[in-house]
Amino acid sequence: MIEAEAELKALMLRALGGDSAAYRTLLQRLQSHLRAYYARRIGRAAEAEDLLQETLIAMHTRRETYDPTRLFTAWVYAIARYKLIDHFRRTKRRAEDPLDDTDTLFSASDAQAVEAMLDVTRLLSRLPERTQKLIRDVKIEGLSTAEAAARHAMSESAVKVSVHRGLKALGAKVGDEE
Amino acid sequence: MKTDDLIAALSSDVEPVRPRAVVSRLALGLGFGAVVSAAVMVLWLGVRADLMQAMMTGPFWMKFAYALSVAVLGFGLIDRLARPDGEGGVFGPLILAPLAVMIAIAAYQLTGLNHAERMRLMMGASWQVCARNIVILSIPIFAGLFWSLRALAPTRLTATGAVAGMLAGAAGTFIYEFHCNESAAPFIAIWYTLGIAAVGLLGAIFGRILLRWQ
Repeated sequence: MIEAEAELKALMLRALGGDSAAYRTLLQRLQSHLRAYYARRIGRAAEAEDLLQETLIAMHTRRETYDPTRLFTAWVYAIARYKLIDHFRRTKRRAEDPLDDTDTLFSASDAQAVEAMLDVTRLLSRLPERTQKLIRDVKIEGLSTAEAAARHAMSESAVKVSVHRGLKALGAKVGDEE
Repeated sequence: MKTDDLIAALSSDVEPVRPRAVVSRLALGLGFGAVVSAAVMVLWLGVRADLMQAMMTGPFWMKFAYALSVAVLGFGLIDRLARPDGEGGVFGPLILAPLAVMIAIAAYQLTGLNHAERMRLMMGASWQVCARNIVILSIPIFAGLFWSLRALAPTRLTATGAVAGMLAGAAGTFIYEFHCNESAAPFIAIWYTLGIAAVGLLGAIFGRILLRWQ
């Protein structure tokens, strides 16, 4: 989502300046996000496609309402959500799913993955340096114990013990934070 | 129509969007409405005869400051609410600040007076028509603002309608002040506020219906 935000916003700013090619790319990118968004919430594919088209038209005719000082993805999401609610209201149907899961439009677990990575990095940084390296090699990069032992010139059992203690210490630190 | 064709059509000739396009559009609706409203005021009620003398006095400017501050805050708020992801932020509660100040001045003026004097400051000579006149003068501005908003993308329709109504009410009050010769703070705090609030209520009611877009 972080990545999508920067890229899409750059395209939008160019589009607002009158760049048709950037605008076309933007709409194509949004199309796939929106198709997935509506497909998850509306069973009938034709209905979802109609709504997708209506949303693109609404974004087009109301594009001046985007404030460049704010998040572009939030603007897109707010319109998509409004159109979805409006659709349910018109068709007199209840939403099958909760509407307020902001993350799902920009499909990304990206954001969560980035946050998780940052958390891990931060916690790891509090361990002794060699233990950090061992945990990275074995648990994140996926080396075998033997490979890690060779890399750090340690015995396999020493690697196992070190990783085990390191993880235990990490667990304790997570506990402290909560 | 296939979605790819739609995208090709939408992006075939994209005009640049002016910066601050939302503000311009809102100002246009507000401005047109205000011109109509001012014309109605002049033809129907007339500008107060003692306008020049009144402009030398404090209460005249207090009234203007009240209407103008509500209008400015309302405009700041509507500029946000006209956008799909808009939130009121600090402007939301702040729009009540001028009323709080007005009530404080009114309370100060009323202290130590007897019942008859208090009634005179609260009711003035025109309490029966004041709020009604404000509502009538606000209607062209209300229409202008709603015209602007229909081209924008509010998603909180009741709140947006209410704020647009308060803004129209405050702007209508501003115009009415060129006619109205009341000058007591208690009168203004009650009757001007009632007029503004009534238009705000109309906005909240009609917002849900008139501000829907597709």
